Amino acid sequence: MRAVVTVIGKDTVGILHKVSGICAEYNVNVIEVTQSVLQDMFAMIMLVDITGINADFAKLVDSMDSLGSQLGLSIHTMHEDIFNSMHSV
Amino acid sequence: MLNVYNILETIRMIQDECLDIRTITMGISLLDCIDTDIDKACEKVYEKIVNRAGRLVEAGQQIEKEYGIPIVNKRISVTPIAMLAAACPNGDPVKFAKALQRAADTCGVNFIGGYSALVHKGFSAGDEALIRSIPEALDVTQNICSSVNIGSTKSGINMDAVKLMGQIVKQTAERTADRDCIGAAKLVVFCNAVEDNPFMAGAFHGVGEPDCEIHVGVSGPGVVRAALTKYPDASINEIADIIKKTAFKITRMGQLVGARASELLGVPFGIVDLSLAPTPAVGDSVAHILEEMGLEMCGTHGTTACLAMLNDAVKKGGVMASSTVGGLSGAFIPVSEDAGMIDAAVDGVLTLEKLEAMTAVCSVGLDMIVVPGDITPETISAIIADEAAIGMVNTKTTAVRLIPAIGKKEGETLEFGGLLGSGPVMPIRDKSAAKFINRGGRIPAPMHSLKN
Repeated sequence: MRAVVTVIGKDTVGILHKVSGICAEYNVNVIEVTQSVLQDMFAMIMLVDITGINADFAKLVDSMDSLGSQLGLSIHTMHEDIFNSMHSV
Repeated sequence: MLNVYNILETIRMIQDECLDIRTITMGISLLDCIDTDIDKACEKVYEKIVNRAGRLVEAGQQIEKEYGIPIVNKRISVTPIAMLAAACPNGDPVKFAKALQRAADTCGVNFIGGYSALVHKGFSAGDEALIRSIPEALDVTQNICSSVNIGSTKSGINMDAVKLMGQIVKQTAERTADRDCIGAAKLVVFCNAVEDNPFMAGAFHGVGEPDCEIHVGVSGPGVVRAALTKYPDASINEIADIIKKTAFKITRMGQLVGARASELLGVPFGIVDLSLAPTPAVGDSVAHILEEMGLEMCGTHGTTACLAMLNDAVKKGGVMASSTVGGLSGAFIPVSEDAGMIDAAVDGVLTLEKLEAMTAVCSVGLDMIVVPGDITPETISAIIADEAAIGMVNTKTTAVRLIPAIGKKEGETLEFGGLLGSGPVMPIRDKSAAKFINRGGRIPAPMHSLKN
């Protein structure tokens, strides 16, 4: 089972560190990261493996949400099924 | 394989274009709750609903978290209560409404639909008593919705029921006049009612349905409009294709959520209703889609054609995305719940007559239309009869949800708030149809009902 974490907002030091830190805390493995900074806008899409997650998926979502509001970033954590079902026949 | 563009598109749809799951609705059969003692029956009803739907809200919230998609409403539909009321002729049917309200409170759902009667060919035991109790039932409860089916293509239109419903709609508005006549907003009169509709106020659990099942109603007018905005010079066929592709994506999400809810609750998955259901929120309007197609304002000449194309394209796109499509499936046009319709009605461009024409090609009917408070019951009945005739002859579902604004006249507004929005009082014809309505009887079924 995999999930997608997207992070968009103003660039600051340590965003990737903090997001992956939460992943490590929940025993969630980062598989792939696409990241770019255009002018000072930070955009990252992270594909993570949640098979070995050590708590409810909802807890991970909450932790990411609170990190987002703390850093003023928009962070979405969603199960990959929603993208697969919407965009493939 | 996931790609960045698709991921961002999904997030944009949810964040900026008001994409959501409008409702997950659990249909529950109450046929095993029938009892000649009305108090015992009410207790069985309460127990069964709480037993089946106790975890519905929790499951909905879990799915919202997993997929990051808002599920706006969690609802329940039940067997038409008139069937239970039939077994206890001396009991007051309002007791059932109160039991349903208690169950709604315990489960934490937004609405329970099914305070209903199906009388398209005539009244059976329990039907008339239930219908006469609707004004009180909708007055003393908050989250109960009522519907009455008065006609069908197969059986014609029961004009005695049409006459009665004119009075009932008026009385329901009068009883809740101190709350912006909200009772009438929870009451819908159908022709060709469907048995697996997840949307309120017309949801009920038909007798042909299984004991318990989960339906999903999707939404997404904002997404369709945003998709069209990108192609200002596209031809109509291209627009139809864009709508189909968008409806496919929206419906796939509904299918995913329904399948997951069914798994979490251990209940079979019923249908996805792939309707475009507007809300009064900015950017969530069906009228604005029609305007995006090239109308200066919804309600002007050309509106019916645009709506027909939209309705058809939504179905074609959605039908491949789900294993079981059902319910009403199309585009809704509830006036008070759609920002663009409200503006067009205030401007006088969108009239009752134009709405009636639109209902011949949309998924339901005259929905959430505020009419002057001094409207006579016979005029309400006549509007219901017109609408039912469109449904009967065109073999489609039509419905009437009128709200007589007690004490208000044309030019004033009723404010419901929330998803129900607000509606300007719309003008009606001042000539009477009372003689026609008072004749009673039944309009025979049309020729094409004889298909066998």
